[in-house]
Amino acid sequence: MTETGMNNIGVDKAGGGMISPQEAAARVGAGLAARRACEKRFRAYGRIAIGIALAFLVTLFVSIFSKGIPGFFQHYVTLDVTLDSARLDPTGDLSVQSLYDGDARGVIRAALYDATGASGRSGRKAAGKIISAGAEQRLRNAVLDNPAILDTTQRMTFAVDDDVDSFLRGFIKRETPEKDRRINDRMIGYIDALQEQGLISFEFSDYLIFGSASRNAEMAGIYGALIGSLLTLAVCLVLSFPIGVATAIYLEEFAPKNRITEIIEININNLAAVPSVVFGILGLAIFIGIFGMPRSIPLIGGVVLALMTLPTIIISSRAAIRAVPPSIRDAALGVGASRVQTMLHHVVPLAMPGMLTGTIIGMAQALGETAPLLMIGMVAFIVDVPGSVTDPGTVLPVQIFMWADFAERMFVLKTSAAIMVLLAFLILMNAAAIFVRKKLERRW
Amino acid sequence: MRFTFAIIGTVALAGVTTAASARDYLSIAGSSTVLPFATIVAEQLGNNPSFKTPVVESGGSSVGKKGVCEGIGTEFIDIGNASSRMKTGELEYCNGNGVDLTEIKVGYDGIVVANSKEGVPLVISKADLGMALTAEVPACADGSTNADCDSWIPNPFTKWSEINAAYPDIEIRVYGPPTTSGTRASYAEMVNQKGYCGKEAMAKKASAARGDKKGKKCRAMRTDGAYVEAGEQDNLIVQKLQQDPSAYGIFGFSYLDQNSDTLQGAVIDGTNPTFDEIAEGSYSVSRALYFYVKHAHIGVVPGMDEYMAEWVKHWGEDGVLSDAGMIPMPTEERAKYLAAMKDLPKLTADMLK
Repeated sequence: MTETGMNNIGVDKAGGGMISPQEAAARVGAGLAARRACEKRFRAYGRIAIGIALAFLVTLFVSIFSKGIPGFFQHYVTLDVTLDSARLDPTGDLSVQSLYDGDARGVIRAALYDATGASGRSGRKAAGKIISAGAEQRLRNAVLDNPAILDTTQRMTFAVDDDVDSFLRGFIKRETPEKDRRINDRMIGYIDALQEQGLISFEFSDYLIFGSASRNAEMAGIYGALIGSLLTLAVCLVLSFPIGVATAIYLEEFAPKNRITEIIEININNLAAVPSVVFGILGLAIFIGIFGMPRSIPLIGGVVLALMTLPTIIISSRAAIRAVPPSIRDAALGVGASRVQTMLHHVVPLAMPGMLTGTIIGMAQALGETAPLLMIGMVAFIVDVPGSVTDPGTVLPVQIFMWADFAERMFVLKTSAAIMVLLAFLILMNAAAIFVRKKLERRW
Repeated sequence: MRFTFAIIGTVALAGVTTAASARDYLSIAGSSTVLPFATIVAEQLGNNPSFKTPVVESGGSSVGKKGVCEGIGTEFIDIGNASSRMKTGELEYCNGNGVDLTEIKVGYDGIVVANSKEGVPLVISKADLGMALTAEVPACADGSTNADCDSWIPNPFTKWSEINAAYPDIEIRVYGPPTTSGTRASYAEMVNQKGYCGKEAMAKKASAARGDKKGKKCRAMRTDGAYVEAGEQDNLIVQKLQQDPSAYGIFGFSYLDQNSDTLQGAVIDGTNPTFDEIAEGSYSVSRALYFYVKHAHIGVVPGMDEYMAEWVKHWGEDGVLSDAGMIPMPTEERAKYLAAMKDLPKLTADMLK
């Protein structure tokens, strides 16, 4: 209706001649209310759209943060452990193997029985379930770090088992009939005893940050996956940045404009839309199939992700080069610089902020990717922290995916906590991209 | 120029690592049902400073069985996990690639139908459970007499009470795994096919009439909304059940075990899905878990024997695996597979019959 009103202004439909200014003003005035209402409606639609998007975002954040923030903390128990060297270090050479062969478990249990007053076979069994299986490793590491503590009594803090943690958080309720809960009455008695002595504390979870993958929920951490992610991204960056930038420079400045370069350009643009899992299949076929490289290593992961990131980098780098004004090139060529000198000394430095922004965005994409890694065996349970790009490793999103599927309840909290860490990294990388753009970008 | 150097550098790096591809850790892949248990064992082995922790990949039983058969060499996996036994066709693929295997059974996993403790407990027969969720039933299954009983109609039941007045008077809504899942395949085979079309007289007759004596067509689950595919993540199903007491869910026993304070398992054919009844074999909806060991890698990749020995340490009634929800084998069976780990009998087609 508004459109017809607009078209009629100034032209009398019936007569085809000019109408008087008064009549025109009257007609505009008549349509004005409807046009304003339309504008208002349109704005309202926009606000509703933003509102819906925000509501989704808030729901996501509330659900992740409400579970994730408690996931950064867990319960610990403090015990006075008598570090008997004969039991802990049977060979006496303080080697890793000797400590492993020693009875760290027994030493910790003895301290636990003292603290809880547990006696008898079933009592001791119940008390033993309170403490995490990771306590032994922690004790061994403490002895390795400082052998002087052997043959003394030390106050040491160990994580409690994930079921006990769930009980202390109130997820497992005391009122539930004994047969329906994973903690029996005897264990609750011992936990109460420990709490009365003030030996149980709720602290920031060092396992979450410094621990590696584990099937014991209380010991599970993101360290291994984080290192894996960094190694993978390093390989990805080292490969994709130089290749991407070189390709962009050549295509933009040196390549003759003919059918072949056109086909290459179309293919690069298409490559950006290829589902990422396809790159994983490529990696499997070439690197593992033909070159016979081992599965699950960050080197191959990085190469596969580099293939995926390349189109993003090439496209953004070309846009950045195109944004450099021709006057810069003309001036450089005018004072006698060669084309390569013009490129490397003048155009590339000026285009660098745009290239870096594209690279950082591409890296952030690669950081969140799991599908291509599935094919090359990086979606796996890997405990050992990778020391180099050829050690088996996994990445943060894979770790989150694996944790989400384990049955133990504490993994729900840790999953959300790990998601928060991943989000923090992504926000950090995007912030870096914005910073680079704002700081280094030049306007002409 | 700098770029050229960087490219040459990375290509050289890739070349060097290709040369040094000997593996000093075990590579394991397969069933996501076996994975939670295999990872526990792997982690225990990794605690020993003499060995690196094995890498355990997920992917499904078929990935485990096919992967281990693909060939000999460190680029292939050493051990394949599976929650369904190898078939003769799969073994032929192995033989074609010159791979010799030994089959080791490690325990059992129950599949449970459960709901929230706030909901109505389900006490049901396996045949009725199959009838409630299979895609098609014989035309007279709902009591109509004027139809041709050998013809099949889309499942007409909307409430449990329509199957039997003793069942809860609520809508049939069951969350379960999608077609890619081994749990789904086992459930459909044990309940829909063998429990319903193999047992119930009318369905048996109608199956034979449509040339499907084994009842394989009954494996299809309903797609009209009574059976809801809830994704591979069993934890998601558990959360849905806790929110909606009128819904039921199908998942592995370990998830019921971990959530025993909020969920209850349906009683099927008079047996409860408890640790003891699954272990005795009286609760019948359960399946065996296996891994397949590649002979050619024993002694080549360090830790193969030790990994197997680690299973033996933990697969008993008091072991950490039973804490995590795996159902142990009876003592005689454990002894049999312990012997198999030592003697490594080659898996043959005859053994699979």
